[in-house]
Amino acid sequence: MTPSYRQIIGDGLWYNNVVFSQFLALCPLLAVTSTATNGLGMGLASTVVMLCSSLLVSLCRKLISKEVRIPIFILIIATLVTLVDLAMNAWVHEMHKVLGLFIPLIVTNCMILGRAEAFAFRHPLLPALLDGLMMGLGFTLALVLLGAVREVLGSGTLFAHAGLLLGPAFSGIEITLFAADQGLLLMLLPPGGFLALGLLIAAKRLLERAVQQKSA
Amino acid sequence: MNIPIKTKPLQARLSYPGLLLGATALLATSLLSGMHQVTKSAIAERLAEDLQASLGQVIPDAGYDNDLLASPLLIKTDPINSPTPDGLLRVYRATRQGEIRALAFRQVAPGGYGGPIQLLLGVDPNGKLLGVRVLSHKETPGLGDKLERAKSDWIESFTGRSLDNPTPSQWTVKKQGGQFDQFTGATITPKAVILGVKAGLQWFEQQQRLLLLPIVPKPLAALESATSETTDPSTHYPPLEDAHDPLL
Repeated sequence: MTPSYRQIIGDGLWYNNVVFSQFLALCPLLAVTSTATNGLGMGLASTVVMLCSSLLVSLCRKLISKEVRIPIFILIIATLVTLVDLAMNAWVHEMHKVLGLFIPLIVTNCMILGRAEAFAFRHPLLPALLDGLMMGLGFTLALVLLGAVREVLGSGTLFAHAGLLLGPAFSGIEITLFAADQGLLLMLLPPGGFLALGLLIAAKRLLERAVQQKSA
Repeated sequence: MNIPIKTKPLQARLSYPGLLLGATALLATSLLSGMHQVTKSAIAERLAEDLQASLGQVIPDAGYDNDLLASPLLIKTDPINSPTPDGLLRVYRATRQGEIRALAFRQVAPGGYGGPIQLLLGVDPNGKLLGVRVLSHKETPGLGDKLERAKSDWIESFTGRSLDNPTPSQWTVKKQGGQFDQFTGATITPKAVILGVKAGLQWFEQQQRLLLLPIVPKPLAALESATSETTDPSTHYPPLEDAHDPLL
């Protein structure tokens, strides 16, 4: 049974968020979120791949036999990621210089394989596309949030180098809060990523509980 | 009377999954090789621009009139410590009216806290540093990354230095009686870079005569015969060739 669009949107962004509820895709998440800008770029690149993968898997779901579906999903995803990598390197080179290291990580992003298997393979095109988009945006949200927390505490800036990623028009959102020397270095290192992620997940739980108690 | 032939639907056949997987792999491979062909030249151009930009930072803009990337000197290096994957060190030479004004080459500083640090050195023909840049490193963010020009101007303290300025024993951090600042909380990183730059200058001094051989513009057709002609037995070249190589 295909869930309603409303339900898909809610699940993707909040209730079944890839990071905060499914705890998937933690490897690329922790690797790139030392700044909010990196998180945003990684999130958008993943969303594009996620959309394309949902589109292809949902379109071909009648053709793909159950026995070999997982290798086929992986082939589709790996091909898409390599295509995106080559295209970005050739045509948006500045962005590729920032994100280039992280793009191959998208292949190992279980969010994309997970949604191909759990949703796109079992549902028609439109819901599958919406699910891909919403899961991707939910992932982007998590990346930006975690990146922002780590960046503010660690280096005292927010959205540093955003102009480099999104074009000079966006350099206005770069904010410097305090000098980098006073930052909490721990937050920029991998352990800080785990700490910040744990705190964010706890905050989400608390928020949900508060809402539940209010409505009860 | 006809016996109806039972044909299984395609998807129920035993061979279907195998064929499907094969077809998908074939499709994926052809897509990728197509994309590679389409983007190959654009990517090569972008990489050349990147290289030009970093060369521009270690060799001052004014003072030369040739295309830096046109004919780098290719030098075979020890494959283990090689700064490049193909084991060839490229020395880019800036000339004015055929006379060499500046050279740029890569150098690895092996002793970084997070692994080797890749440096790009620009020197004038006398071995004086025109500029140094860090091409890539894995130093601790916030502590060791002050070697990036974007984060601090520390790397500029090399400009104008040479092997005898400061004296060899002073090629270290101030804490150890040297001439260069250390970073707060990070001594290993700047020390590694200082030693790397020094090693680069020493290499330059050893190879100076060869590196400064005048560039003779050769027509492409004459290249093959020229290689045997120019090998004068009285001068012992180490494995070294002057090639027009598009590889960067």
